Amino acid sequence: MAEITYLEAIREAIDEEMARDPNVFLMGEDIGAYGGAFKVTDGMLAKYGEQRVIDTPISEIAIVGAAAGAGHMGMRPVVEMQFIDFIANAYDMLTNYVATARYRAFLPCPMVVRGPSGGYVRGGPFHSQNPEAGFIHTPGLKVVYPATAEDAKGLMKAAIRDDDCVLFFEHKYLYRRIKGVMPAGDHVVPIGKARTAREGTDLSIITYAATVHKALEAAERLQQQDGLSVEVIDLRSLAPLDDEAILATVRKTHRVLIVHEDTRTGGIAGELTARINEHAFAHLDAPVLRVTAHDIPLPYAPSLEDFVLPQVDDICVAARRLVAW
Amino acid sequence: MAARRRRGPETAGGHLGEALPLEKKLELYYWMRMTRTLEERLVALYRQTKVVGGLFRSLGQEADAVGSCFALESRDVMSPLIRNMGAMLVKGATPLEILKQYMAKGDSPTRGRELNIHFGDIGPAGSTRGFLGQISPLGDMVPVMAGVTMTFKMRGEDRVGLVYVGDGATSTGAFHEGINFAAVQRLPLVVIIENNGYAYSTPTAKQTAAKQFVDKAIGYGVYGEQCDGNDVLAVYDCTKRAVDRARAGEGVSLLELMTYRRKGHAEHDNQSYVPDGEIERWAAENDPIDRFVRVLRDREGVSAETLAEIDARIVAEIDAATDEAERSGVPDPLDALVGVYADPPAERPLWFREGADVSSLGKERPEGWGTWDASKGGTR
Repeated sequence: MAEITYLEAIREAIDEEMARDPNVFLMGEDIGAYGGAFKVTDGMLAKYGEQRVIDTPISEIAIVGAAAGAGHMGMRPVVEMQFIDFIANAYDMLTNYVATARYRAFLPCPMVVRGPSGGYVRGGPFHSQNPEAGFIHTPGLKVVYPATAEDAKGLMKAAIRDDDCVLFFEHKYLYRRIKGVMPAGDHVVPIGKARTAREGTDLSIITYAATVHKALEAAERLQQQDGLSVEVIDLRSLAPLDDEAILATVRKTHRVLIVHEDTRTGGIAGELTARINEHAFAHLDAPVLRVTAHDIPLPYAPSLEDFVLPQVDDICVAARRLVAW
Repeated sequence: MAARRRRGPETAGGHLGEALPLEKKLELYYWMRMTRTLEERLVALYRQTKVVGGLFRSLGQEADAVGSCFALESRDVMSPLIRNMGAMLVKGATPLEILKQYMAKGDSPTRGRELNIHFGDIGPAGSTRGFLGQISPLGDMVPVMAGVTMTFKMRGEDRVGLVYVGDGATSTGAFHEGINFAAVQRLPLVVIIENNGYAYSTPTAKQTAAKQFVDKAIGYGVYGEQCDGNDVLAVYDCTKRAVDRARAGEGVSLLELMTYRRKGHAEHDNQSYVPDGEIERWAAENDPIDRFVRVLRDREGVSAETLAEIDARIVAEIDAATDEAERSGVPDPLDALVGVYADPPAERPLWFREGADVSSLGKERPEGWGTWDASKGGTR
């Protein structure tokens, strides 16, 4: 089997699910004839037609709201936010309407809201965001953010089949940089399960999305330069969190560094730290540390963006401090 | 595409309304009177503190809710606003369900999770009654109903959607995005703007610089019509025309129903912002039930006795529903943890609540809980 990119893996998952289930359909801005801003849905219009690949007005509220209504009636819409930054426009519809629908009114909202996310791409303040924390906070939504091509495919298939709304964050830095060989057959990765990206015994780095690759690079450097055995946990799912995997790595290495590209205050590192305190405080040999973006809107210039976002060097600094505690 | 204007208290029904057989006209009377009497009963229960939260009245607006929804078929889907209890009754919601909702009972349609008339029953034609409960952020139901009607179009189903918004909701982004999207997609959707003069305390003049809301139809490229919302036959006539257009594949219509909100936003609102005499004038000169009674009496020859019999039947039905609703229990606190997601089916109680009995957590509720079986709740 040939390698395919992270982006192609997402397309393959959507294609397979559309072929498998006639209730799956796509909506978004410029997703049809143009194939999407990043070409994730390239070729879908020709293959599935205008009824199942719907170009919409620039209306994130309407896209998400209409997906909810279609979901109530038994469809499984997969909708694109052209850049995930624009999901903010649909925040009300997602948090007030979609997230509460099953609980308050027994209304199913099986739908996927997906879009290119994240920085390291010189995209500036509105094409680089990581807005996951705002949605993880909302009961009723599921959130996934894959780091590998295999997970991108398997989680997309799981998200489309899920009976609730799944926010599917795609890291645009990984779209064409990361490749993988897809497992044969019906490759579905369960939502809510973390992955051990690298085994280790001296400390654990818990992370997700693009910073998984930064953490792996740091782990290799720490092994070479410091002789440290670093475990890297890729969360994959942010809601629900895999508490079992998180606590298992704490009990194994007793030192935890949380890394995320999202801003610091109110980021998921705080939540992970609280859970570790509540359930595994006695297993810690050092305080939980975190490496995150600075609390700054993401700037455009490479020198600025590189300063604001977490880098491999930062992870190494924090890891060394942690083992020296 | 041009907006048609029909207004004035003397507008007499329109031919579709006039053409309804007497039996149907008496049904319209029944639903309007039921709406008003049920709300009066809810006021009594509110004063006895049996209604848990706020109470929303549609006094003076019964014709626009009832007359419009009466134009739908049972397979069609309607999404109401807070003053459309009458439309929900027409679509099959029962007084018992509404009473249980307001009293936050455990066997209410939402098991005590949601307030007042925020409940629904949608899905396949035939097995569901076809109303979709609103949420409090205004305008949100327009995009959602665009999605519902999009499935009708995708599946080639002969079904139409109707969504109500108030004058205030027209100012929201959701309203704009929803109607624009539905128009572009040529969906079988009727959007009704109930212009009752106020959004909470804000008069329409502070809501829009447009002379009238129906003018917005031109901007969206959809059919528009304005009508006297207190003339139940005119409301039926205007809505039926829009529903027929939707069913014929002619796309979205925007209807503006002119009415007046005689009570406050909710029962607590003292209406201090309303000019002196305005409410009294509408009550005396333009009450939708009084007007329709005159039509029935003077043009249809319906006797006072016939109407009194209907009124008495309604009171008896509401009495029976009230007794039954009052007998229902409150929700089991642990039911709060059930059903945020399909999977997992229930959340665990937090550790400081771990003493609670969780043996029934995630198990099925007693039959009828959280369902909307008209045969069980029906008092019609």
